[in-house]
Amino acid sequence: MSYTLGQQQLDNIDEILQTDLIDIGVHCVFLIDMSGNIIASLDDGENKHDIYSLAALAAGNFGAVSAMAKIVGEGEFSLLFHKGKKENIHFSKVLTEFLLITLFGNDLSLGFLRLKVAESVEKIKKILEPIHTP
Amino acid sequence: MAFVNLKKREVQVKIVYYGPGRGGKTTNLEYIYGKFNDRIQTEMVTVKTHGDRTLFFDFLPIDIGKINGYTAKMQLYTVPGQVKYNATRRLVLRGVDGIVFVADSMAVRREKNILSLKNLHENLKNYKKSIFSIPLVFQYNKVDLAEQGIPILPFATMEKDLNSQLKRPAFEASAVTGTNVVSTLKKIITMTMSSIKDELK
Repeated sequence: MSYTLGQQQLDNIDEILQTDLIDIGVHCVFLIDMSGNIIASLDDGENKHDIYSLAALAAGNFGAVSAMAKIVGEGEFSLLFHKGKKENIHFSKVLTEFLLITLFGNDLSLGFLRLKVAESVEKIKKILEPIHTP
Repeated sequence: MAFVNLKKREVQVKIVYYGPGRGGKTTNLEYIYGKFNDRIQTEMVTVKTHGDRTLFFDFLPIDIGKINGYTAKMQLYTVPGQVKYNATRRLVLRGVDGIVFVADSMAVRREKNILSLKNLHENLKNYKKSIFSIPLVFQYNKVDLAEQGIPILPFATMEKDLNSQLKRPAFEASAVTGTNVVSTLKKIITMTMSSIKDELK
């Protein structure tokens, strides 16, 4: 099984990520599927990371945390966030098959970031909904 | 679940090395990492225990050039082979496009191979995939041990144990020396890409 995204859809996703997240000061943002494939990725030009490895680990990490949630009787842990000294990572599920991962510094508050992430997730959902297979 | 990016004309495919613990899955990836160093821009990622056993997975992304005008990116994963790690093993299988089953040719590991293949069958069912339809290649590893006098099961026995119904391509290999590691990889890439070729038109 496979799925395809066209130029227009990917351009729209890039634009959402750029205006909602990169422009407010996020270092790096990428949209992946639960298999670890990268659909879109943007950065601020200063913070480069090995996103292929990050995507594989993020998909695995998210899967592991979801499995833990089920074991303790939670459907899902709604906030998934790792705090570092300089760099923080935030994960947000998009539909059932996709994951939006945001890397940001301490100059951006978690509350504001969550608000902007939630806004972009709503917009991205509309683009991914047609290819979404529950 | 392969992803076709029409904007970058790129296709990303997930291939998982499956099999019993200590069978040589990680060694396969390490050999590939060494051999194709020029095509791999990143470090190989491994999540392992202190005892050097795979805990979650190993990950190696490799560019194999253009296929039908698309840049093909193969994402190679291994699963932890130990029986107790089934929960993480299942997570790695999510969205898999092609599987290499690395079996251990040592006679003493015969039962472990069969149990691991059954486990693969069960775990694929969990994702509504069938072992009978997914691209799959067998690799009977560790044939080099025969030279050291360690009892090895003959090819015919391995085929009868694991591949009598599935009838997939199979290679005798030695991941340590590199024998047939690349042939196995080439075969699974060809089979996987051909299974998604309709998307690449």
